[in-house]
Amino acid sequence: MSLNESLDTARDKLLARAAPGRTEFEDLVVVPLFAVVVALVLGALTMLATGVDMPTIGRSYVALLEGSVGSVNAISETLTAAIPLVFAGLGLALGFRTGLFNIGAEGQLLMGGLAAVIFGFTFSGLPFVLLMPLSLLAGALMGAFYAGIAGYLRAATGAHEVISTIMLNLISYRLLDYMLSLEWVQREGRSDPVSRSVPENAELPRLLEWLDPNLRVHAGVFVMLLAVWVVYWLLFRSKLGFEFRASGANPDAARYAGMRASLIIVLAMCIAGALAGLGGANQVLGVLGRATPGFSAGLGFDAIAVALLGRSHPVGVLFAGLLFGALEAGGRQMQVDAGVSIDLIGIIQALIIVFIAAPLLVRAIFPWGFRRVEKGGS
Amino acid sequence: MMISRKLAWLSLPLALGLATSAAAFSACQVTDTGGIDDNSFNQTAWQGVLDAQESLGVEGRFLESQAETDYEANLNSLLGGQCDIILTIGFLLGDATQKAAAANPDQLFSIVDFAYDPPLENVLGQVYATDQAAFLAGYLAAGMTETDVIGVFGGINIPPVTIFMDGLAWGVDHYNSVHGTEVSVLGWDPEAREGLFTNNFESLDDGRAFAQNLYDEGADIVLPVAGPVGLGSAALANELGTDELKIIGVDADLYLTDPERGHVYLTSIMKRMDSTVYQVIEQTMAGEFEGGLIVGTLENGGVDLAPFHDFEGAIPAELKAELTEVRAGIIDGSIAVGGQ
Repeated sequence: MSLNESLDTARDKLLARAAPGRTEFEDLVVVPLFAVVVALVLGALTMLATGVDMPTIGRSYVALLEGSVGSVNAISETLTAAIPLVFAGLGLALGFRTGLFNIGAEGQLLMGGLAAVIFGFTFSGLPFVLLMPLSLLAGALMGAFYAGIAGYLRAATGAHEVISTIMLNLISYRLLDYMLSLEWVQREGRSDPVSRSVPENAELPRLLEWLDPNLRVHAGVFVMLLAVWVVYWLLFRSKLGFEFRASGANPDAARYAGMRASLIIVLAMCIAGALAGLGGANQVLGVLGRATPGFSAGLGFDAIAVALLGRSHPVGVLFAGLLFGALEAGGRQMQVDAGVSIDLIGIIQALIIVFIAAPLLVRAIFPWGFRRVEKGGS
Repeated sequence: MMISRKLAWLSLPLALGLATSAAAFSACQVTDTGGIDDNSFNQTAWQGVLDAQESLGVEGRFLESQAETDYEANLNSLLGGQCDIILTIGFLLGDATQKAAAANPDQLFSIVDFAYDPPLENVLGQVYATDQAAFLAGYLAAGMTETDVIGVFGGINIPPVTIFMDGLAWGVDHYNSVHGTEVSVLGWDPEAREGLFTNNFESLDDGRAFAQNLYDEGADIVLPVAGPVGLGSAALANELGTDELKIIGVDADLYLTDPERGHVYLTSIMKRMDSTVYQVIEQTMAGEFEGGLIVGTLENGGVDLAPFHDFEGAIPAELKAELTEVRAGIIDGSIAVGGQ
């Protein structure tokens, strides 16, 4: 009996961590902030340990800052990198709130992006006002369908979504390879797996092209902000969102309260998939202009970190996505200016996750930070 | 905003030691996926910049592409006049380079493995008649195999990869027609343009699995044309022993770049990107940059077969003499590399 009880409390704690019921300021803001700081310091120590001298470390962090927010181009790159992460992160966050640990954003993003490309070049005759939104929609629907498979399997057979989404990721890679070798998808005159190009009237327009043709930030930013608002509204202002959160907080209670558990699981997965699919569609319609093997580039996995860092809150996900986008854009500058390997960015990202996952550790390192916040916040 | 302020606060004390370097000429390189330390493709091209750094005093910088989606972003961060020449390494960067070159007509570029038609004014392409060296490797492999099966697989089905596979297949054919043997090539059909591809240039696991499959089908010599992926194949050959499986390296002399497993390489098909990259930098420094193409061949040393190293004694003198003849034949045109 006591074992059962302790298992229950342990599970409650885990769930509370993935999707906190109360919006504690400390948990939501202070822990992530300190995690970033500690990760940067440890990143510096890592560089030091690999024989990088102090001036270079200094230069590399200056470059990190410059490359992420130091110029118009830097901000444009940060936003561009953040867009797909925020989309997929929103989807995952919604899943976490519902108690679903969806690892499949990568596959959903791939399938969504592929669908958007195919829709785009198939109906290239349509005008921009129709083709662009419909291509985005195609991506969202495909993502929803692909995630829905895992949701259905969970609801109908109890197959755990962690396993099935991982498997679906692997299937999506091969499916993409296959699709890219089909005659009507593959670009004419090429033997390698690369899709036809997205026609111009399906592209998300670049916002700052008039300023400098190299600026890549595109209209997907607005779609992203809209998605943040929609997910916020859905989760915290709608009946469906309440059902999602109730199922996540306590599935048994939700069921006894008359909520249709199976339907909720499938719906939550579909919406999560739609968001990830939109992320993929934004990437191909706004940045890449085509699909190639591995065009997802691990975004779906980075998005898991983004959702966790954002504490599964839509606004948190937005900021976490921007931070990861900044790290990516800044990381590039770091390599250019200081010659420090771009892998270091991966280390810093990983460290951030480690500290996010261990809030007690962060509290232990910065006891003063929390005391002060408690006084100020209350 | 808060986060960036934290960053600034953190980097200020470190930045005090900030050193400004002002080299006269800077050469920047965007690698393909697989990493700059891949022992083969990217590393060979980067070696050219390192050589130029040493003897011409240029400043070299590189930016690794971790995924295909990085190409454009990486190019972007090198634009803005900080580089005298931007070197893009690999066929897959062709689209991104073309776009950047069109948007920045004053910036000079040089791309490895891509030829634009029509040529762009500010881009110099570096391409290689790799099939000539691969032809020699095929001839050698056909003479060395005991199972009469040579295996080959590629990274992605793109011309700079398949040209290795073509050359190998044609070299084997040539050996067969000279000696009346029936050595076959598994993994590539030069007529159908289809074969075995890992669809990536990163996974060492794939390199191992593909080599294992070819070995299971009877191949005792395997040519992996996929940059670092081949290191996985070499690891397998190392475990099985070179009596069972030998590897032919690509791009660099892998006996030298992968010394731990150097003994498994029968030879390497060298694509001297280091020498062409160096040449391009030298030309650009002298103000003689011209858009167009430079082609590496057996004749000008742009491609070649590496020394046999540990296999020096195992290769019969007759075969070596024949190889010298074939080589001379390719250079003077009496042996046609390509569909015979």
